[in-house]
Amino acid sequence: MSMQYVLSVSEINKYIKEIISRDLVLSNLWVKGEISNYKYHYSGHMYFTIKDDASLLKCVMFRSQTSGLKFLPENGMKVIIKGYISVFERDGQYQLYAEEMQADGIGSLHLAFEQLKKKLQAEGLFEASRKKRIPFLPGSIGVVTSPTGAVIRDIINILTRRFPNVDLKIYPVAVQGETAPAQIARAINRLNRLGNVDVIILARGGGSLEELWAFNDERVARSIYDSGIPVISAIGHETDFTIADFVADMRAPTPSAAAEIAVPEKSMLENTISTYNIRLKNALLRNLAQKRDRLARASGSTVFRQPYNRVYQERMRIDIMGKYIYKAVRLCKEKKSNGLSTLVGKLDALSPLQVIARGYSISKLKKTGRVLKSVSDVEPGDDIEICLIDGKIGCAVKDTEKEKLYVQPEGKKELRGSHGRA
Amino acid sequence: MCSQKEKKSYEEAMGELEAIVERLEKGELTLDESIDLFQKGMELSRYCGKKLDEVERRIRILIEDENGNLNEENFNTSGITEV
Repeated sequence: MSMQYVLSVSEINKYIKEIISRDLVLSNLWVKGEISNYKYHYSGHMYFTIKDDASLLKCVMFRSQTSGLKFLPENGMKVIIKGYISVFERDGQYQLYAEEMQADGIGSLHLAFEQLKKKLQAEGLFEASRKKRIPFLPGSIGVVTSPTGAVIRDIINILTRRFPNVDLKIYPVAVQGETAPAQIARAINRLNRLGNVDVIILARGGGSLEELWAFNDERVARSIYDSGIPVISAIGHETDFTIADFVADMRAPTPSAAAEIAVPEKSMLENTISTYNIRLKNALLRNLAQKRDRLARASGSTVFRQPYNRVYQERMRIDIMGKYIYKAVRLCKEKKSNGLSTLVGKLDALSPLQVIARGYSISKLKKTGRVLKSVSDVEPGDDIEICLIDGKIGCAVKDTEKEKLYVQPEGKKELRGSHGRA
Repeated sequence: MCSQKEKKSYEEAMGELEAIVERLEKGELTLDESIDLFQKGMELSRYCGKKLDEVERRIRILIEDENGNLNEENFNTSGITEV
């Protein structure tokens, strides 16, 4: 073995690279394995290795390719990668240059969906507390959907059937394909800036997961989240759930259902109003009738029927009292007058007239009127008057004679005798 | 007072109307109160009715021109059941 030709490190690495790149198998292949040592460089390139039970393969995916990824690679994830093997000359290392990557096992879209859902959920985009109330009676309704097809027809039909004078603003967008997510996000943003829209319906008819894919786009999700106007999502059939549905303020199972949520049934509201009108009138009438009844009852009471009744009663009371008083006074008077007649009787018994009535008399000297008590009160020739019970006798004294007519042992009898003697 | 009333939402007005109807139906009010409530209720019901009719029927499509301005055009609703 002689050293016929000596190569530099660069030369051998370049040589190997050339050989490998000429190989038809290595220049276009699919490799499956599990991701490990994953690094997402700030430059936008992804560096990782894929491995199986026995071996490792270095991989790189440049930024120009990563933008086509539906999901973000993670360590431990089983993937199938399309690409080519080439040599990184500086390090003398061959590696797999990845052009496409799919999830092995579950579908890539499904994986992407789960990943975005998890991410936005962690960020709080699905929070019930962040959901806006759908207005009961929207002034204007924005509809973001395809302007052709059954969906917009259904929505218009149902909206106008429920609320004939509806104000609709249709923002036409592509609902599938590459440009759809950006268009939808833009439509929602622009409707917000337009103002004067009270609720947005974001709708698409049924389709495959791929056809509905625009509604699993992060831009669409964020535009719904950022919308100041409440968004009702109605994408696909009842069983289809998209990220947009999770972020939306309200998910309708179908576009028709979204239209039903967006506006109330006008005729029902009108019925309610007229029912209230009737109830108001009836209630007022009932109230008035009650008042009238109460008034009638009140005026039917004794006070109103016989207003002077009380006066009469009082008057009777006064009369009765008067009677009592009269009685009492009479009784009192009777008592008093009884006493008086006793006194009068007594007085009467002592009256000289009574004595006179019994035959005694009173003699008076005519010229002086003096009552004669002794014979010495007169001289013969004096005129005297004798008073009897029924009149007077005029007499002239003939003579006088002293005589003890009556011996009086006690003063009382003397008194009596002095009265009765002439 | 009037401008404040204009801002009242249909739901708010409806809620007030409902409360008034219930109060009035309960009775136990003075005559003045009953009449006052009745008048307020009628006013609210008129207001709600007006609210339902204040929106004008318009179905427009928004078309963006080359300058990015949005223009409204009538949307062709042929083939859509008119009510």
